[in-house]
Amino acid sequence: MRVNRRNIGMFAVMALLITAVGVFQSWSVALAILNLCLISAIMSLGVNIQWGYAGLLNVGVMGFAALGGLAGVLVSMPPVTAAWQAGGSEVIVAVFILAITLIAGVYFYHRFRRNPLRRILVTSVIGIVGFLAFRSFLDPAVGAIEAVDAAKTGYLGGMGLPILLSWIVGGIFAAGAAWIIGKIALGLRSDYLAIATLGISEIVIAILKNEDWLTRGVKNVNGLPRPVPYEIELQQSELFRSIAADWGMSLIGLSSIVVKLCYAGLFTVVLLMVLWFSEKALRSPWGRMMRAIRDNETAAEAMGKNVTGRHLQVFVLGSAVIGLAGAMLTTLDGQFTPASYQPLRFTFLIWVMVIVGGSGNNWGAILGGFVIWFFWIEAEPLGLWLMDVITSGMDSNSWLRMHLLKSAAHMRLMTMGVILLLVLRFSPKGLIPER
Amino acid sequence: MTFLLGKDMTGGYGGADILHDCTIGVEKGEIAVVVGPNGAGKSTAMKAVFGMLNLRQGHVEMDGEDITSLSPQDRVKKGMGFVPQTSNVFTSMTVQENLEMGAFIRDDDIVPTMEQVFDLFPILQEKRDQPAGELSGGQRQQVAVGRALMTRPKILMLDEPTAGVSPIVMDELFDRIIEIAKTGIAILMVEQNAKQALNIADKGYVLVQGRNRFTDTGEALLGNPDVRRAFLGG
Amino acid sequence: MEGFLNALVLLSNFLVIPGLAYGCQLALGALGVTLIYGILRFSNFAHGETMAFGTMVTILATWWLKSSGVTLGPLPIALLALPAGIFAAIILCLTTDKLVYRFYREKKSNPVIFLIASLGVMFFYNGLIRFVIGPSDQIFTDGERFILTVKEFRESTGLVEGLAIRTTQGITVVTAVIIVAALFWFLNRTRTGKSMRAYSDNEDLALLSGINPDRVVLIAWALTAIVATVAGTLYGLDKSFKPFTYLQLLLPIFASAIVGGLGNPVGAIAGGFIIAFSEVSITFAYKKLLTYLVPESWAPEGLVQLLSTDYKFAVSFAILVLVLLIKPTGIFSGKSL
Repeated sequence: MRVNRRNIGMFAVMALLITAVGVFQSWSVALAILNLCLISAIMSLGVNIQWGYAGLLNVGVMGFAALGGLAGVLVSMPPVTAAWQAGGSEVIVAVFILAITLIAGVYFYHRFRRNPLRRILVTSVIGIVGFLAFRSFLDPAVGAIEAVDAAKTGYLGGMGLPILLSWIVGGIFAAGAAWIIGKIALGLRSDYLAIATLGISEIVIAILKNEDWLTRGVKNVNGLPRPVPYEIELQQSELFRSIAADWGMSLIGLSSIVVKLCYAGLFTVVLLMVLWFSEKALRSPWGRMMRAIRDNETAAEAMGKNVTGRHLQVFVLGSAVIGLAGAMLTTLDGQFTPASYQPLRFTFLIWVMVIVGGSGNNWGAILGGFVIWFFWIEAEPLGLWLMDVITSGMDSNSWLRMHLLKSAAHMRLMTMGVILLLVLRFSPKGLIPER
Repeated sequence: MTFLLGKDMTGGYGGADILHDCTIGVEKGEIAVVVGPNGAGKSTAMKAVFGMLNLRQGHVEMDGEDITSLSPQDRVKKGMGFVPQTSNVFTSMTVQENLEMGAFIRDDDIVPTMEQVFDLFPILQEKRDQPAGELSGGQRQQVAVGRALMTRPKILMLDEPTAGVSPIVMDELFDRIIEIAKTGIAILMVEQNAKQALNIADKGYVLVQGRNRFTDTGEALLGNPDVRRAFLGG
Repeated sequence: MEGFLNALVLLSNFLVIPGLAYGCQLALGALGVTLIYGILRFSNFAHGETMAFGTMVTILATWWLKSSGVTLGPLPIALLALPAGIFAAIILCLTTDKLVYRFYREKKSNPVIFLIASLGVMFFYNGLIRFVIGPSDQIFTDGERFILTVKEFRESTGLVEGLAIRTTQGITVVTAVIIVAALFWFLNRTRTGKSMRAYSDNEDLALLSGINPDRVVLIAWALTAIVATVAGTLYGLDKSFKPFTYLQLLLPIFASAIVGGLGNPVGAIAGGFIIAFSEVSITFAYKKLLTYLVPESWAPEGLVQLLSTDYKFAVSFAILVLVLLIKPTGIFSGKSL
């Protein structure tokens, strides 16, 4: 890679900003921001693979990230034996029926390609019968499972494996969902993919919120195992105590920083790996072909390129990266909270990152992830402070002042919208333009 | 003094020049036909006259006035009617609505003009409430020509009006075009069917690679052995 | 016989009437999406927020009217406040077009760029709405609650099942019919309306005919603002106003517009009702209905509900997927693939 002073400069400024937070606010806050910056950067890389490489609009980032989070639960939580005994086998049968239904449906859908009436009839009969059979096994099992110690479990639990494994599984989950959506909506006009992804993400969230037997729904899954040591373990270790004493830091403060640093290390490794693969792919013949297709679909098609097939590949890959980031986020949080998935935060904010960073450029996507996340977090205290200054002339009890101060938090949504629009218009190539 | 004249036109769509010192024109009440092999720049020459591409050299004048710098919309207001080769009707709208849209820039009563169009193309009156997209190819061309006539143009420009219609419909259309010319309208037409078109032409232009190769009356061009051998298939 | 009548009443009360009202709201919403798609040729993701914005101003005007002691008898004051909401939404849409979309139109940008710009606009509107009125629920309906109450119905018919028609449901249907009739009259009977259809059908030919594109775009935004505000206000009256719900409405609205055929107004209305009735009937619990129709011994144990109401978005999505698979141009063949 050619060394570019301007780009390095921008990353340096970013590092400086985070350091400033560390110095002026606290190192714990700075590291918390850094960790989420790293995850945002990976999500933004995922969207960039889809949009920047191939011009595909994914408006369902939230759903793919949530699927990654689900993987965190299903892989790492210990299985709830009582729940499995209560309804495990029925659930397995139900899932099996669902799978058979889908396979049969798709098979007959393709089989009767030439007979539209029979095609619709047979496929819908299979769908309805399969769905009823699925429900007849699932419904009783759900009741039994959710009755098992509802306050603490009430779900099947996971597989009790190391949570790091869920990062891969999360990617696979998201890739699977992307494959299905891509099969349906790719090859049609580009808006349709956007709307279809919007739909699937809403449905994924609805499932995660309502299927308590799987995810405990809005009761949340807490206490996910960690890939890094717990603060309390550190505080008890002799070595750690002596270091803290030497450096003159509080045990709690130092342990929290060390834990966050461990996460940051893990995330950086993943980010670098994803970046390395993305750059390799972009510079490969495959990447060149992708960009050729993006820039002139008709010409590429005329040259015998399977445009829809390539798009499906890139869409699945990008979604897998988003799923991976989603699993990492759940790992960092240590809990899975379906209600926290909001489209503004998980879909549209990521889009701002990609557009601001520079679509088509992986370094740009990373920088965008850092800048926008940093701003998103710091805009809240900043906005409040700004509002406080603006309204300082008013009577401290006036309703307008109270309202403005209370609403200051929503200003960052407006700011994000304005940033997106300004960049799109005046600097459509973003901070680091595509090469 | 030709009524409509595109003189020494040189230009293209932004890349290399397609037209080189090309001149075409037409008198009131006459039919001028532009013919030539594929890629000769026939349609481009007509679009240049209509202001749809930027000329590097040359100019377009109408009735003695230089209109080179006018936009196509302004040329429509000056009395030019243009019938594009493809998608030249509003498919989702009825025949009558198509004609109304043709007259959009007029503020006066358009009913008499519409009656004239219906007199010229009786089938359109019959199908006035049908969506234009449901009509046959020949009928659609009639709608397209009718739409252009609704502005009461002084010049009617037709880009391959008979593309994709059967020979019988083609003869029918040419008859109508002659009738239109008889009302005093100048007709400038690009045609693929060179022989039939030159038959009805007062003036013919043979273009090759964006340049004028032969220019004469239709009759003379048909009689010219060079033209016959090279462009009319013997 | 009485069992059958009871079943019929039950079905009307819980399925037909709510479906009709919801269908009207979706149809109006989808009309806005389809108008913008037909004229500006992009899917406007900010449409849900446009609806929310118009509704918000209507609510503010309602509060103001209420505080000045205005009443509208049995009808909600919001109807009187509606013009204010519409006016504000028109101003907002036109300003947005001038500041954002016009630039890309002049550059003849790819529709995808418009779409991304609309994401930015959505973000901005969203913040604006939350900034002004806050993210929480607002109930702003007043006046008479019911046109027909369960009690009145039971007393007059002697049936066990009751039928209620809420005022908001009645208003929804009546207003939607008026707005749709006016819109179709405008599009099919007036010169300006026809010129908009012409522009949507064939932009180049419309330009050749001397139709002014700026004017067409301006009217398209104004019409969109009107139907969006009406749709949003009716939805808010019928249910409640919560900014987040309007973001979620985007999916069923887009589904309605695509099912009917993007760019086709008739299709948008048909699509709205298809989606609404599918949603209501698939998430309806048929248990009670069956108890009226079948002998007691056959009565089902469960709720006989195909999907819980939490999955109503899955219904619009499923229909959307079916249409994309079978006929991507929609039932009424919209503009493009």
